[in-house]
Parts: sequence; structure tokens; C-alpha cells
Amino acid sequence: MPTLQNTTDEVLRLASEHFKVPVEKLGPDDDFFKTLGINSLQALDLLTRIEQHFKIELPDYELQGVSDFRTLAERIQSRL
Amino acid sequence: MKDFRGETLSWSAEGGVIELVLDRAPCNEIGSTSLTELEKFTAALELLQKDCHALIISSPRAEGFCAGADLRELYHRSQALPPAERVAGVRDFVERIHRVGNTIDAAPLTTIAAVHGVTFGGGFELALLCDLIVADKMARFCFPELRLGLIPSFGGIPRLKRDIGNGVVRDLLLTGRSINASKAQAIGLVSQVTGEGDALRVARTTAAQVAKFDRGATIAAKKFIKPIPYAELKQEVDIFCELFTRPAVEAGLRKFVESTDALPYLP
Repeated sequence: MPTLQNTTDEVLRLASEHFKVPVEKLGPDDDFFKTLGINSLQALDLLTRIEQHFKIELPDYELQGVSDFRTLAERIQSRL
Repeated sequence: MKDFRGETLSWSAEGGVIELVLDRAPCNEIGSTSLTELEKFTAALELLQKDCHALIISSPRAEGFCAGADLRELYHRSQALPPAERVAGVRDFVERIHRVGNTIDAAPLTTIAAVHGVTFGGGFELALLCDLIVADKMARFCFPELRLGLIPSFGGIPRLKRDIGNGVVRDLLLTGRSINASKAQAIGLVSQVTGEGDALRVARTTAAQVAKFDRGATIAAKKFIKPIPYAELKQEVDIFCELFTRPAVEAGLRKFVESTDALPYLP
């Protein structure tokens, strides 16, 4: 099973690729809405990418109040 | 009318396939203009279906297939009416959309929804009218209505119950969570998942395939395997209208209308 660090790195990579933002501009504690400049609708695309990549199901209500990559990675980790 | 281009949608018929294209910014929210144009479409369908074997519903909008009812319009129209007349106003709208839905559901054609991105609420219900749902891998399905103190009102619950198990129906409705295309396929809602941007092409290929079959057999099979739950659909309208009068709904809709987020009813 990947470590939380691995998962966080993968999430940063997925977000970087999908939203075309250089990965070096993204940090684990960044607010992804602000750093990526996305709204809740675009965040759903990231959720779909995450579900496909990690082959998990992550109900969006589990992400209520989550806005940083590290906490997002923790939620993913709990489903792996 | 073989071809039509309106403010919110257009349709054309060629080679035995009718294509209904939703195109209203930002994400095909269904308000009074959309409804009027959908009514025009179902009126035209009577003639169109004589020479056609398939109907494809899709949208070119980047945000998705359809985000559902235009709740901002619904709220403002409702607020403009005296309180005693609000339920009658909303009932009229919902009953009209049910007539549109029932016509598409019963059409003697193979109907295909080619969906992508946001397929929420009324948009999900529009897809459920169709015999087949072809979904782009980035499509997401959701019934967020309970978050506003309402239930789906475009025929969603009876048609979901028709198509998938009640346990999944409860999960989708009671949690209001969104699911991706793969999950939707796994639960039997989506017939094919395509690559990104490929749903319409696959829907067209599917429409070409169904053209090979005898039309009479297709119509008979459809009647047999896709009964329309008229009694439950009527019940859904009644429950929706009953819920609509509650102050909690007015407060939920006001909160939605005042929000500047793209999809404020999401977590």
C-alpha cells in the first residue's frame, strides 16, 4: 500500500496534469481551490480523476470542508 | 419541423437519426425557455419519428450534459407570485416537464443520452428518459435535491427505480452524493463508458447499429422492457409540490440563489 506521502505526491501530480499547473507550484498544504483557481464544479473533475487513478470510490460528502491536498490525500488513503 | 434552432436547444434529423442538442450557458439549466423549446421538440417528434429510428440527446457545453432545473429562475418566479399561488405555479411547470418526459420515454425510437461532465438533478432525469445512456468517462451523476429539502421532480425517482435496485436509489437520493461513469455503469445505469469527448461518437455508432433491426420488433421490445411508471410519476409531482411549500425549501433556494459558487448545492 502506498504511504501517505506517495498518495499526496500522486494527488499533486494528477491536479497538476488536469489543470495544467506546474507541479512545483503546488504544495501539500495549499488550498486547492485557490492554488488551482477552480470552483466546486471543476473540483468534481479532480474527484473523478482521483477515483479513476486510485480505483476507489470517494463520496463527495467525505470531502466536505476539505480544501488542502494533504487532507484530500488522507481521505484517499483511508479508502485504499 | 425537421430542423430547429432555439435559444436553449436545437434539433435536426438526418439518416434516420434525430439529434437533440442542449446548449444553454452555463450548463443547460432547465428553465421556462428550455421547457417551451422541449415542448416544441416533443410536438415535432410525432412527425420526426415516422422517418427515424433513433434519437440522441447530447450537449456541446464544456461543463457537462445538464445541471438540472434552473433553480434561480424557479425561486424568482415563485417569489414573484402571491404565496397562495406559488404551488400552482410550480405544479404547472413540473406537470409540463412530465408531459415532455413521458413523450420522450414512450417514443417509438431507440433513445440514447450521450452524457459528459455534470449530469445532475433534472439533467440526470433527462438521461433517465432514454433507453441507453452512453457516458464519457468524466461524467458525474447526482441527485442533489434533498440538500434543498426537495425531491427530484422531473420523473427521476420512478425511473431510477425502474432501472436500478432500490438500495442504490436510496443511496443516491438520501446521501445526494455524486457518482462517476464507471460506478454508474457498475450499477446498471450506464450502458457504455467512453473515452473523454467520445460519448457522442459512440452514441452515433450505436444509433447506426440499432437501425439494422426491424423497427416493429424494436418498438415491441421497448414497450415490454421499459414500462412507464405513470402512477408513481404522478405521485412524485404531488410529493414535490407538498414539499415545495415548506419554509425550509424557500430558505434553501434563497441560499442557493444568493451563492456565487458554480454549483452551490455541492458539498
